[in-house]
Amino acid sequence: MSEQRFKDVFIVADNVYSPIGKTTAENFINLKNNVGGVKRHEQSTMSAHPFYAALFGDDKQLAPNGNYTKFERLLIVSIGDALKRADVDLHNNNTVLIISTTKGNISLLETEKYSENLKKRIALTTSAQLLANHFGFKQKPIVVSNACISGVLGIITAMRLLRSGLYENAIVAGADVISRFILSGFQSFQALSQGVCRPFDKLHDGLNLGEGAGTIILTTNKKYAETIQVKGGSLSNDANHISGPSRTGGELAWAISRSMTDAGISAGDIDFISAHGTGTVYNDEMEANAVNITGLADVPLNSLKGYYGHTLGAAGLIETIVSVESLRQGIFLGTPGFENAGESHRLNVSAEHRNLSVQNFLKTASGFGGCNAALVIGK
Amino acid sequence: MHRVSDPRLQKCDLSRLRRLFTNFTVIFLTTPNYISAYCAIGDGLVSRDGDILFTSNTPVSDFLVSAYHDFQLNYPKFYKMDNLSKLGWLTAELLLQNNFSKDKYGAEDVGVVLANANSSLDDDLKYFDSVADVASPSLFVYTLPNIVMGEVSIRHKFKGEQAFFVQAQFDAGFVHRQVAYLLDNSLIKACICGWVDIIGEDYKSVLYLVEKTKKENAVLFSAENMEMIFNNTLRL
Repeated sequence: MSEQRFKDVFIVADNVYSPIGKTTAENFINLKNNVGGVKRHEQSTMSAHPFYAALFGDDKQLAPNGNYTKFERLLIVSIGDALKRADVDLHNNNTVLIISTTKGNISLLETEKYSENLKKRIALTTSAQLLANHFGFKQKPIVVSNACISGVLGIITAMRLLRSGLYENAIVAGADVISRFILSGFQSFQALSQGVCRPFDKLHDGLNLGEGAGTIILTTNKKYAETIQVKGGSLSNDANHISGPSRTGGELAWAISRSMTDAGISAGDIDFISAHGTGTVYNDEMEANAVNITGLADVPLNSLKGYYGHTLGAAGLIETIVSVESLRQGIFLGTPGFENAGESHRLNVSAEHRNLSVQNFLKTASGFGGCNAALVIGK
Repeated sequence: MHRVSDPRLQKCDLSRLRRLFTNFTVIFLTTPNYISAYCAIGDGLVSRDGDILFTSNTPVSDFLVSAYHDFQLNYPKFYKMDNLSKLGWLTAELLLQNNFSKDKYGAEDVGVVLANANSSLDDDLKYFDSVADVASPSLFVYTLPNIVMGEVSIRHKFKGEQAFFVQAQFDAGFVHRQVAYLLDNSLIKACICGWVDIIGEDYKSVLYLVEKTKKENAVLFSAENMEMIFNNTLRL
């Protein structure tokens, strides 16, 4: 008797589009060579003070043009590349597009006067429908906007819809663009690092923001049964504070435990953890607590924020896809900026990459509003 | 459960048997869920379970505060919330006031699944106005639609599953499916779900309390019933 409650969900294709690469492969080569995207910027249109962030440079690389905003163009490039790699028909009623983002087209507020038309243009559903039309997807797209867990929640939402048999395929894509709106907010919170962020290090002093997009195509089509699976996921809320994480990490720990149960595995089956690891003191400490509560303290753990910055609604997707590539290649990536342990709990973090045979990994994310997400992916 | 006699089960330990049983329950014995209560705010009205409880024709910021006073609520944090959170918090507060036996549930047993059309644009506009002068962290923190779920969760200590979706119109079928998945797979035992949307003076919230047991006056939790309530509950 196998535990076939649901249909299995397989990964068909993926893309990471970031300042360090246009494809997952390009990104992974740069990561292996320790090339990150976070740099010092002086842009008076965005900030009176210099800041560190991972931003796209020349806007021209963002084909195509037309009536699409930068946010939409990032997604067009990312979804387009992932589709090229998927030899499955996605232009049917069995396929759904899920868009994950925190702020979408909010930068339009900076250049245009507010009006009824602008309200419609900014609406996340407008962007999602434009993208669905652009690619000829038939079903009404789904939009997930749940702070910094949006990307992971997008994948979990897809997994559940596919498991239930409602659709056969899902394209989950996430993006966020950094503009004055978002940058000024994080500055007002004093949440930004003075340099490149240093997750889990003793000297961590805040986060960097980043731009990027990620796309993952999922299916229950048995043709892909030999590929990597989305095995389980779970969400929780801290019910503690809207802008600060839980003091105990108990709620993220709950989501982690539930995601492992959902996947039918236990702590011993997790080979590495791709943490949220923003580089803020409170976040890193909370995550360290959660990892210890769930018996995962000895499992290799990384944060990719030193490479990408915090890409907000895309973070969960980009970091999951890079981790899938780690699983494929057997290369566990280090945490740039890490030298000495900063958390009161033990963690297995290091700056260096290492070879690692991986069966399963855990992805976690947490965000404003007290939200937590955990996802298990494996062979 | 004729399959309990399956010879393969004889090798199973108790926990495996329990898991199997749960799996069959999911497939074959999905029990119906019920809307125990609903509450809605919009167009100057507050309504619960079909009864209009409060009306006032003041601008939304005043309206929400006067409703809060009228119901004699005491939660000082209410005042610092943006209008989206005030709207959702107030709706949840009144939804749960008489109808909810909190002690029946653990913190992780209750989920929150919400949707709206305008994300947090109402507060985004106010925040961005502040940027020209001094960016306000207290406005910035509300520039995410899911913050309202955080406020409701903090108030009632709900730590279970949650999700926020943006939809052009309330998609009852979609929200129903999300919540039914969580309840039918025993990921939660009760759920606050529905719609909380505001942009300027245009606002509407409809929240449903969904539980697995049928209380008096409860209706079946279905997309059709959600839709019917959504369309009719704010009519005088």
